[in-house]
Amino acid sequence: MSENNKENILSVSDLSICFKTRNGSSKAVDDVSFEVARGETLAIVGESGSGKSVTCYSLLGLIPQPPGVIESGTAQFKTGAEKRDLLSSNKATLRSLLGDKIAVIFQDPMTCLNPYLTIGEQLIEPLCQHKNKTRTQARKRAIELLKEVGIDDAETRFGSYPHEFSGGMRQRVMIAMALITEPELLIADEPTTALDVTIQAQILDLLDDLKKQRNIALIFISHDLSVVANIADRVAVMRAGQIVETGETQQIFKRPQHPYTQQLLASVPSGPKPTQAFQPGPEEQPLLKVEHLKTVFEQGKSGFFAPRPAPTIAVNDVSFELRHHEILGLVGESGSGKSTLGRSVIQLIKPTSGSVQLDGQELTQLSPKQLKPLRQRMQMIFQDPYASLNPRMTVFDALAEPLLYHRIATRKNVTAQVLALMDDVGLAQADIRKYPHEFSGGQRQRIAIGRAIATKPELIIADEPVSALDVTIQAQILDLILRLVEQHNLSMLFISHDLSVVRYIADRVLVMHKGKLIESGDTETLWANPTETYTQALFAAVPQRINEK
Amino acid sequence: MLRFILMRLLQAIPVLLVVITVTFFLVRLAPGGPFSAEKAVPAEVLKALEARYHLDQPVINQYLSYLGDLAHGDFGPSFKYPGRSVNEMIAAGLPATAELGLYAMCFALLIGASAGIIAALKPNTAQDYIPMSTAMLGICMPSFLLGPLLMLVFGVWLEWVPVSGWGDIPGDKILPALTLASGYTAYIARLSRGGMLEVMSQDYIRTARAKGLPEWKVVLKHGLRGGMIPVIAFIGPAFAGLLSGSFVVETIFQIPGLGRFYVQAAFNRDYTMIMGTTVLFATLIILFNLLADIVAVWLNPRLRDLYRSGGA
Repeated sequence: MSENNKENILSVSDLSICFKTRNGSSKAVDDVSFEVARGETLAIVGESGSGKSVTCYSLLGLIPQPPGVIESGTAQFKTGAEKRDLLSSNKATLRSLLGDKIAVIFQDPMTCLNPYLTIGEQLIEPLCQHKNKTRTQARKRAIELLKEVGIDDAETRFGSYPHEFSGGMRQRVMIAMALITEPELLIADEPTTALDVTIQAQILDLLDDLKKQRNIALIFISHDLSVVANIADRVAVMRAGQIVETGETQQIFKRPQHPYTQQLLASVPSGPKPTQAFQPGPEEQPLLKVEHLKTVFEQGKSGFFAPRPAPTIAVNDVSFELRHHEILGLVGESGSGKSTLGRSVIQLIKPTSGSVQLDGQELTQLSPKQLKPLRQRMQMIFQDPYASLNPRMTVFDALAEPLLYHRIATRKNVTAQVLALMDDVGLAQADIRKYPHEFSGGQRQRIAIGRAIATKPELIIADEPVSALDVTIQAQILDLILRLVEQHNLSMLFISHDLSVVRYIADRVLVMHKGKLIESGDTETLWANPTETYTQALFAAVPQRINEK
Repeated sequence: MLRFILMRLLQAIPVLLVVITVTFFLVRLAPGGPFSAEKAVPAEVLKALEARYHLDQPVINQYLSYLGDLAHGDFGPSFKYPGRSVNEMIAAGLPATAELGLYAMCFALLIGASAGIIAALKPNTAQDYIPMSTAMLGICMPSFLLGPLLMLVFGVWLEWVPVSGWGDIPGDKILPALTLASGYTAYIARLSRGGMLEVMSQDYIRTARAKGLPEWKVVLKHGLRGGMIPVIAFIGPAFAGLLSGSFVVETIFQIPGLGRFYVQAAFNRDYTMIMGTTVLFATLIILFNLLADIVAVWLNPRLRDLYRSGGA
């Protein structure tokens, strides 16, 4: 885009927002200025809590006031010959622009569509509201647009409810809903974060195409730098309410000026595993041997007269081995059965058939009591440390519990062991009496990891351990995991949907699709040469960083 | 869906059977009988009476023959009102009670839901506190206090409406319906406030606002359906409660309803009348709960699909 024909549709200057609560006020947005032109994509990138969403929502009057207070700033929005300050406009003016000239796509299409109304009803609303269209006219336009965003059979789908669509389809509906009034400014708040990587690639392409066709201005809010690299013309990096750096995408990725941008870029896992990939001795017996494992979920109960609904086969005839001191990555999209496989291996879910052997001992036939001594040898780390830590237990309680339960420590020396554990996972000893809510997400995951390694296990199953974390924190936790695996001679099954993370951490990778294991191999070999079509598609869908292109 | 309804109706049979059995034996366990009065009846008269109503037979036989009659829809003769059957008496009392219950429910829904919605739109402001404190008062105040109070204010002082009667003077149904509704109004207000608060914080409400819809449309079109689900679920049991709980109001306002018969029957040990009204109320409770469940399913497209596909 050349500078001279650039027509700024939105210019925000000196925007400051604070949130006033009983515990005082906190500054969410601090003196932020940016502009976006017609036909341009501006990405606002930042970690959670950096104020990127608040910035955009405040322009639309969508932040709750109170507690939010817009302290200063202007936001000039230019439509046709008119120019308006969004921040000083009254509610009626703002409402006349919203959903008409300015449209929003939200992050989670699961929760952002009204479950009680058909998607058709929700689609035509902006048209009926702003363009005075009759329902028949609006319906016709909506169906055209549904087809355009790639929904087959749009006429019948028009009357469907949101739950009848998959996540990707719902996001397409959201996009159609945003575009239906031909807006001039589109704000997309993490539009692909809740989606699988292959779906994400489709949605990004669609957004980019639509933007180009219609010559609209797009503000793309994201925490994910690799996504942004492909779609943005310019990038604004936000941190703690401030924009620390703005620039052309190429420049931001290749020559980041601000130290935070540099740190952010360095934190994105990229490239192969930094430490020496593990080489097994050929004669060695594997630590974990899984053969023909199958886990089936019954769907509901059979009715009095009705037959039982067909059961879901979550894990279908999966066999693999995990060797001592190896990190085995398990990748797949949501619903592929990877989490169920992890839980079936550790016997949290009883598998329907097949065998799981830990060091030659069969686990599937054991009673819970017989399993107890073995539980000490295998532990699990979950995705969301906030949900998986008991909010009423302090760090000490959480870490001491497994030690006492498995009689690794006595009441007398348990404190010393807990403190040693906290050192191990990088938690300050002074925090020993604190509760989970007093920690940040990364620290909570450290607690969860500490709890998992407390019993000195040989096998750890980590189910998306870094997916809920910001990228800089993610990098720290990944390095922590690598260090601990080395130090404690652990073996790990590392489950993730994020291919770059798996490449960074795993020695070997399994690829799961629809309950089946479709491909496996040494990480770098697989990366260089995926054989299955699905694996190829999966890898191709990963957004590439600019400098790797 | 049809199968779901059928299943629920089938499930109702054992429930009713338990209710019938327990009530049947409990009332016979209570000391005294239908014919024990302060003035002792001569032994031979008592014997003749008991023989007439089969009370001289073993209890188990009485029970079985009662079940047999019930299967034909026959509640039997009243013990206390010679010559009248329980069926007749229910037919005489039920319309007034049902009408009263219906009006009360309309009042409760109308006032309760609007108060709750208004409160939920501006939580923790005067707009919230005032209706909600009033609601608390409504829950706490018993109808035998509220009824006379309303009579005094609106009937005696202001002379807006008549103080008692049923269907004689226009407007005489307002006060009893309001009195009966008060507790339920308050409860519905609290339920709808909670439901609306929850729904209005959902992401899809933000989506609706981002479309530039006026706030009333956001609330009524996008919020109301989800927000009213707890209220719908409550209507079923509430209706049953209104019917069976109307005796206080019926007594205060002298309404010829079923509630009064129910209480008198208990005092009089009118076994068949107690049984008849109990069975009726139990059936109503089951039916209204079923109805509420059906409406709740019908309102929620996701559940609707679940039942359509047969995952009952």
